[in-house]
Amino acid sequence: MKDVLIIGSGGAGLSAALSAKASGASVLVVGKAYPTNSQTSMAQGGMNAALANVEEDHISTHITDTIKAAHGLCDEDMVRKMCADAPDTIAWLEHIGVPFSRLTSEANKRYEDNNVLQDNDTLSSELNTKNPQQSSIHTIAQRQMGGASAKRACYAQDYTGLKILHTLYDTCLKENINFLEEYYLLNLVTLDGVAKGATFLDIRTGEIKQIHAKSVIIATGGYASLYHGYTTNAYGSTGDGIAAVLRAGGAVSDMEFIQFHPTALKHSSILISESARGEGGYLINSDNKRFVDELKPRDEVARAIFEQLQKGKEVFLDLRHLGEKTLMELLPQEVALCKLHEHIDPAIELIPIKPVAHYSMGGIEVDTALEVKGIKGCFAVGECSNAKVHGANRLGGNSLLEITAFGKFVGENAYKYAIYASNKKIEERQLQQDKKEIEAIYTKENLINFYEKRLDLGKLFYEKVGILRDNAQLTQAMEEVIAMQVMQKKIGIADKSQKNNTNLIEYLEFSNALLLAPTIISAALARNESRGAHYKIGFESQDDEKFKQHIVLQWKD
Amino acid sequence: MQIHILRSETNTHQAYTLLEGETTLLHALTHIKATQDATLTFSAGCRASVCGTCAVRVNGKEVLSCAYKVQDGDVVEPLHYHPVLRDLKVDKYQATKTLTKSTAWLHRFTEASLNHKDEKRTERQTDCILCDACYSACPVYAVNPDFLGPFALTRVYRYSIDKREDDTKTLIANIQTNGVWDCTLCGECTMVCPKGIDPKMDITMLRGDSISHGYSDPNFATQNFGFDPNIKF
Repeated sequence: MKDVLIIGSGGAGLSAALSAKASGASVLVVGKAYPTNSQTSMAQGGMNAALANVEEDHISTHITDTIKAAHGLCDEDMVRKMCADAPDTIAWLEHIGVPFSRLTSEANKRYEDNNVLQDNDTLSSELNTKNPQQSSIHTIAQRQMGGASAKRACYAQDYTGLKILHTLYDTCLKENINFLEEYYLLNLVTLDGVAKGATFLDIRTGEIKQIHAKSVIIATGGYASLYHGYTTNAYGSTGDGIAAVLRAGGAVSDMEFIQFHPTALKHSSILISESARGEGGYLINSDNKRFVDELKPRDEVARAIFEQLQKGKEVFLDLRHLGEKTLMELLPQEVALCKLHEHIDPAIELIPIKPVAHYSMGGIEVDTALEVKGIKGCFAVGECSNAKVHGANRLGGNSLLEITAFGKFVGENAYKYAIYASNKKIEERQLQQDKKEIEAIYTKENLINFYEKRLDLGKLFYEKVGILRDNAQLTQAMEEVIAMQVMQKKIGIADKSQKNNTNLIEYLEFSNALLLAPTIISAALARNESRGAHYKIGFESQDDEKFKQHIVLQWKD
Repeated sequence: MQIHILRSETNTHQAYTLLEGETTLLHALTHIKATQDATLTFSAGCRASVCGTCAVRVNGKEVLSCAYKVQDGDVVEPLHYHPVLRDLKVDKYQATKTLTKSTAWLHRFTEASLNHKDEKRTERQTDCILCDACYSACPVYAVNPDFLGPFALTRVYRYSIDKREDDTKTLIANIQTNGVWDCTLCGECTMVCPKGIDPKMDITMLRGDSISHGYSDPNFATQNFGFDPNIKF
């Protein structure tokens, strides 16, 4: 029996695997795809750490910025931990070989000169005194992101997530981490509120398997692809782990806080990184006018754009003044995506954009050790978890930081728990139950095509549980979701194959989305105020007296 | 318009009709699965050319489904040299194994202050998304299934020239068998890479590095140009 079972093989899962293994744990990483397929690969802009490589910056400023963007809904101790761990986490990534973008030699020289000055003034940054070994991270380039008071995001062109993810993966292979690919999470296995493992559908064979472990880490990603057709996310970000936690008796929180990214391509919803604005891009409307400070946090910029669209105007990202050379140097991926999906050359043309669902701030309710509320020995990390560092609105550059810094942290915590955990195998009751349920899906009538419903749900959420909300629309959305849940009895699968049945997997993913949908709406209904990404018409101000608190939801027996 | 997709169950190309208009192949596949045939099986992820999940062959050439615009009459087939699991979905296990065999990672870290130039030296190689297009296009696999292959060798090259790598020797040693010398330098990998990576060039560079580490091309070494005392006349 493994010490630590990690479910999900993106950046958070791989970071957790490496740190658990380094602590001495035996580790198994299980994912529904291959590790490098994960959502982490899509993170573009950067990863925050107050290195002060380009200009003055301090960990304390990073903390202040993060707390400010969270609009009073974060756990300040967790924010402090994440921001304080950031430089060390960058050093760790540097150590395993992440190919960060580097400062030009002129900029480097400037830094060195500044540093001499700083030393003279005994103003040296926290880093230099703390760990002189970290010196090589001082050539890492840093860029501006929205809501940040300094150039703080370390990056690798606009492929930051991709390059971190692949380097983590290479390191996992080096450390001989065990993987099971194409295993779809069905349920957590618990006994008296203690995690004992999980059940999976082996996608290739169609078999259902129960894997036992002394501790479990859920790192399954967010639920923004519930906004199907209106999201930057990959198809698979359906909140599978969060739904499994709810079914197993755990709690979720802050589900109503969904971040809309201001700049997705108009026709394909493909992400154009915030770094495009960080590097100097403008937002303009069809009257050729700028209408918002582009470097405000994402919630404010997304709302400003949405209001323009509601007035019947089009909105564009203007990068023309940056010039082709700069664009190819700093944003090569964006240039390629614009050309391919919009037939636009950003060096000479405007990019038509719209805001779409991008990130889920809420998720599995965890304590300060990232252990799931209601399930002992079960931990959650990354976008699926609500570690309360983002609050009502996440800052660009803080999600790659969260998955790596807290990924390392949770790996250690899970191992510490596992040392004293029982290794007694338990009955395969969950396995038997899941086998029955999957069999039932095969024999179910298939009167309604769930792919149509998946589109309907995405549209419903974008229109009624979107950037601007109101209680009448939320109530309607709830009614429609309940109708869909009732309808689910008539939804089956058309493909009856046992092996490699992606129709079945997409059905299960849709079921998870439908299970999470009411938690988002009910929390949004209950929050009669506006805060961060949650903006409600009729309740436009922040009401700290009533709502400076997390809405925590759990299923009743 | 019509496209033809190789179905694994019947081993025949099945025709599907699509509406006219510009669409990516991935969008077309998703549309077919949702509205015409739920049994059509393929892999997909990000829609934005970065997760490496959706590579297939169209008219014999490797492409990312999410980045390829469908043309009337296209023939869509799964990647070469990968066991087909179902339709366009393949097993990448064997291909992924080449990363482990070639030990494509940073072996021993050494403190090195990297500059902008150093970043540029490996920028292209680290754009790799492990889509396996190059592996599928590589003709060496037709004769040697143990070949380390283009993406693994590109990754080895990327670490070997990283100034933070203190053990280039081991990296070079681990790509001598079924590695750099088995490549025919045909350049098919370079032709199909959706990220513009040039594994052929990386392998050529690795050959040079191998020679400076004291290795030689075994294809020459086996030829006996000198006097062999064991040969009896």
